[in-house]
Amino acid sequence: MNHLKVKESKMLEVQFVGDDDVLNHILDKEEGSKFRKDRTQLLVNVKKLMKKQENELNEGEQEDLKDENYVDILGGDTQESLKNGRVAGSSSSKVYSFQTRKNPEKMAELAHELAKTPGKSTSLISKENAEKMANTPQSSKKQSTSDKDQLKSDEKNEFLSTPYRLRKRLTVSTLPSDSESEYSDSNSEDEKGVKQEEEEKINEVMDQKRVVKHKSTSSSCKKVSAKKMKKDTTTDLVEEYFEAHSSSKVLTSDRTLQKLKKTKLDQQTLHNLLSKFSPSFSAELKELNEQHEQLFHKWMLQLHLGFNIVLYGLGSKKELLEKFRASMLQDSVHVVINGFFPGITVKSILNCITEEILDHMGTFRSVIDQLDWIINKFKDDSSLELFLLIHNLDSQMLRGDKSQQILGQLSSLPRIYLIASIDHINAPLMWDHSKQSLYNWLWYETTTYRPYTEETSYENSLLVQQCGTIALSSLTHVFRSLTPNARGIFRLLIKYQLENEDNPSYIGLSFQDFYQQCREAFLVNSDLTLRAQLIEFRDHKLLRTKKGTDGVEYLLIPIDTGTLTDFLEKEEKES
Amino acid sequence: MATSSVSKGCFVFKPDFKRKKVSFPIADYFNEGESLSEDSKLRFDTCQLLWQQMKSEAEELQEELNKNLFDSLIEFLEKSHLEFRKKSTKWNYQIKCREIPTAALVLGVNVTDHDLTFKGLTEMLRDTVTPYVVSLQAKECPDVKHILQKLASQLMGCCIDMESTEEEYVQSSQRKMHYSMAFLSTWYKSVTQKTSSESVKKKITSFSHWKESPPIVIILKDIESFSTKVLQDFIIISSQYLHELPIVLVFGIATSPIIIHRLLPQAVSSLCIELLQSLSCKEHLAKLLDKLLLTTRFPFKLNEKALQVLTNIFLYHDFSVQNFIKGLQLAILEHFYSQPLSILCCDLPEAKKRIHSLSEDQCESIRRLPSFMRYVEKQTPEKQVASLTDERFLKEETLRFLEDLHSYHENFFLVLKCLHAFTSSLPKYPLGRQIRELYCACLEKNIWESQEYEPALQLLRMLAKDELMAILQKCLEVCKSPPGKQFGGTVEKLQEFLVQFQKLEETESNEEENGSGSQQKGLQKTDLYHLQKSLLEMKELRSSNKKQTKFEVQRDRVVDFIDNLVRKYLSPPDTQTLYEVVYFTGAHILREHLNAAPRIALHTALNNPYHYLKNQALKSEDDSIPNVAPDICIAYKLHLECSRLINLVDWSEAFATVVTAAEETDPNSTASEEIKEIIHARFIRAVSELELLGFIKPTKQKTDHVARLTWGGC
Repeated sequence: MNHLKVKESKMLEVQFVGDDDVLNHILDKEEGSKFRKDRTQLLVNVKKLMKKQENELNEGEQEDLKDENYVDILGGDTQESLKNGRVAGSSSSKVYSFQTRKNPEKMAELAHELAKTPGKSTSLISKENAEKMANTPQSSKKQSTSDKDQLKSDEKNEFLSTPYRLRKRLTVSTLPSDSESEYSDSNSEDEKGVKQEEEEKINEVMDQKRVVKHKSTSSSCKKVSAKKMKKDTTTDLVEEYFEAHSSSKVLTSDRTLQKLKKTKLDQQTLHNLLSKFSPSFSAELKELNEQHEQLFHKWMLQLHLGFNIVLYGLGSKKELLEKFRASMLQDSVHVVINGFFPGITVKSILNCITEEILDHMGTFRSVIDQLDWIINKFKDDSSLELFLLIHNLDSQMLRGDKSQQILGQLSSLPRIYLIASIDHINAPLMWDHSKQSLYNWLWYETTTYRPYTEETSYENSLLVQQCGTIALSSLTHVFRSLTPNARGIFRLLIKYQLENEDNPSYIGLSFQDFYQQCREAFLVNSDLTLRAQLIEFRDHKLLRTKKGTDGVEYLLIPIDTGTLTDFLEKEEKES
Repeated sequence: MATSSVSKGCFVFKPDFKRKKVSFPIADYFNEGESLSEDSKLRFDTCQLLWQQMKSEAEELQEELNKNLFDSLIEFLEKSHLEFRKKSTKWNYQIKCREIPTAALVLGVNVTDHDLTFKGLTEMLRDTVTPYVVSLQAKECPDVKHILQKLASQLMGCCIDMESTEEEYVQSSQRKMHYSMAFLSTWYKSVTQKTSSESVKKKITSFSHWKESPPIVIILKDIESFSTKVLQDFIIISSQYLHELPIVLVFGIATSPIIIHRLLPQAVSSLCIELLQSLSCKEHLAKLLDKLLLTTRFPFKLNEKALQVLTNIFLYHDFSVQNFIKGLQLAILEHFYSQPLSILCCDLPEAKKRIHSLSEDQCESIRRLPSFMRYVEKQTPEKQVASLTDERFLKEETLRFLEDLHSYHENFFLVLKCLHAFTSSLPKYPLGRQIRELYCACLEKNIWESQEYEPALQLLRMLAKDELMAILQKCLEVCKSPPGKQFGGTVEKLQEFLVQFQKLEETESNEEENGSGSQQKGLQKTDLYHLQKSLLEMKELRSSNKKQTKFEVQRDRVVDFIDNLVRKYLSPPDTQTLYEVVYFTGAHILREHLNAAPRIALHTALNNPYHYLKNQALKSEDDSIPNVAPDICIAYKLHLECSRLINLVDWSEAFATVVTAAEETDPNSTASEEIKEIIHARFIRAVSELELLGFIKPTKQKTDHVARLTWGGC
């Protein structure tokens, strides 16, 4: 894609400046320390040389420049994937060739670029960077020689790479095969004043890289030329897609949160922490929201005229709808539905309407029956009016075809007024034409930039943190209500599971073994009683049974080991 | 907040009963919540009245269009079970008995409009043919059992009123019964016997010839979505019972009739299919436009852009006439909501009354209308002063303008239709095939200045006589159709043209005879030189003659006449003073609310927060965003740099780098743990928000990674 190309090249140019800034900072900072100064000077030299070449390139033809930039990017990629290969190769010593187009280093680069927005003092972080930069030769040396996987070097790797990468890019961009030697020549010429030792280190690293490089450069060149041929933007887009989704492994760094010792935050702490942080631009945000609030009367009007309203745009719309409710709906019957609530179903919504609004106590055979009943009721009684406010109509629980169909039919009733919000980027795909005509939407863009605090607080997947607390508290609650025998049984299972913590192929404790253990501990006297006890756990989702390949039943507690240990500790303390 | 809980997702709020009785009229919301002034109430009422009129007009049209289809369907139904009613035992019938009469209604792709058609159809069938009409949708019928169940419940439901005493019995049996065709046939027998025995007292006189054995009509609304197996089984089963149950199937088809064969390769032999075609949705739209917009009946009009938006949604998105009407409704509502002078957007006599009671503010807003200001500028100073200061004078002026506007529209639509009659048959349709295209072009600018106009006229000058006469005839009909007053001159002129052409025909035939006579004369001479000379002469004569054929002269006159009409009457509406009163101009509003692009909005909000938050700190020239942007924007921007998988650690570090840079913390103080924690928490929030928005999802492919769900730059 052409504009993509341009965009990326732009990004790179900015990046040069950014690195220069970093180097300036290093110079400023480290001038006092002689030991470090040398190294930084080396880096600066490299930099200067690079700049010179860059200028030469700039003087060249426009067309060439474009290609150069493009090669730059690809070159950078080879370099990066190479580096990744090295990182990953620490265990398998495998060299990856051209596989990634983007990787975390890019992200780091961008981060720096963003951090370096002019006019902001960025000294804090640049100091950190500077330290890392200054250390780079050392750590890289360590890596090149020992190739030991280390978190520390890994982390620094990210920052050290810049100068080398830039060099590499240049070497690739000029004649790929023989420029390397030229380059290293000029390099040594330029670095006459620099300590021999340092130079050797660099060269050593470079040599090492070159070996690996040669394999990939040839392929990269082919690819570059092939790429250049493709002017067609669509094919490029398509290619990009398949490249991103090819079966090949995606290369990302192996760092995990555990190694970083980042504590997992639970919902409460998260909330507390966030409450300390006040978002910027509150004036603008307020203005934005006031604009939306002016629409309230219009919404009411349009709702009454048979339209339903759907709100979209970035930011939580809960507060806005809440305000709408408070200011407009005080005198009318309305139901607020939190679509993001994990337990919400269409059935519960309909129940709400039939039981609490229409005061119907009977039950229904099916949801369809219930819907028919409601529809008839509303047709018969023209004094009935109902407002439905649905937050996150596109939530996991409501996005199903059937749910949407039913909600659509509900909203198509003339005296049921629906106002809903959607957030997911693909939310409109839920509705085909017939559903859209049922809903009879009017779309309103309400970008609020408000954090989705409540919407995301239910999410268990919350990637990083959460877990624990809820499981732990429910575990304790259930546990306390048990008989001593049942507690013993469960404790046995927990202990067994913790013992097998490190066994990756652990699938659970087989029922027979478990029974045996329980018998030995005098907890049960027959397997029937054990089964009866287990029902309790299963009902609270504290136990999962699975049939193994041999047909034996295996018992497993679906809670992570950390929580279980916490739980045991707590229990032991209390007893 | 009262509406958040960890144990509940639905919250019901009921106001006190005392307060509930105070019901607000809808009109209250019309005026931004301020106390309802007489003016805005009137405006709202006008709006509602206008909309109701337009809506009923549209419904009438729909009915009218469906009428043909329904008539042929009824005819088909009458034919279908003739033998059944005669209880004939002919061998021929025995064979035919295996074939279910089936009507395939080809309704077109505008699925959303079908509901209305089916509703009308069901009502009509119930009224005129049979009480036993069942409509099934594919969604309700995952298997044969469900079909039968639906069938039974709907059939029995529809005759409940006839046997109300047995209602309880029916309902209880409904629960327990195991439905089968056999059950249905016994039911049918009992019902028909009963009705025939007591037919005298029943009101079903309209069923007179059906009452013996009314057919059971089963409508399958969306045949394409039924599963083959279910349908096939059902058809085979019901064909077995055909001698007991007079079943007729009606298929609703959105695509093409071939689908029946594709869907039912085997069962198709037991169907006796008759194809019925409904009007295409495009024609429907054309008729609708003709009824609602290209008329002076309704004062409300759309400007070019708004009409474009609506037709584009129709043509590129759904082909749904219902949606088009919805768009029109929104346009009307918006017009009356946002334009205070829309109070004058009503019938001319009514408007006259309203003009007299215009308030000072309203007069002022008339003076502020651009079109009015344009008009004032052209006036003499005295008049300028008068129209800007004297309220009475202004009201008179306004009345005059409204009258002008009305007559302008009258002429406009007539000329438009005439022009369309001329240009719609031209090769390649230089001015558009449909009248709406021509209409749009005319609304936009002076049509005679458009590129296509000249070529179109050139083509018109080459029309054959019979074509031209047909067109003229059409125009004459158009012009005569309304009881036009001011347009009288044109009608006469057109008639005159027609008469002249007819005369021409007669004289021409005479001329032809003359011509042949002269040719014969010319051929008498045999001398070669003379022959050549005379041939040349004749040639010259003929070519000069060609230019001057009476027909051609006449034709040119017709074209010039049309050209004059166009130039005189088809000027775009924004040249008219006070056009703002009746023309809706908010095309962007329609697009925003009907054809929204939520994804683009999200993308803009994430990529370019300045678009929404007008803070200078957020301004940036190119694609990059400043580091002070909201957290989610930064996280989003960073995640764009990744491929399929994203390492959370890297991501969070990059995030922290950017955010700390933006914080402007004291460079010397080491970042306290707390600040780091807060940043981490902010990162977590940003990530989970991105997850909610559907940009990423957790993955198990690698520890502490998330998968990207979008690709490329957005």
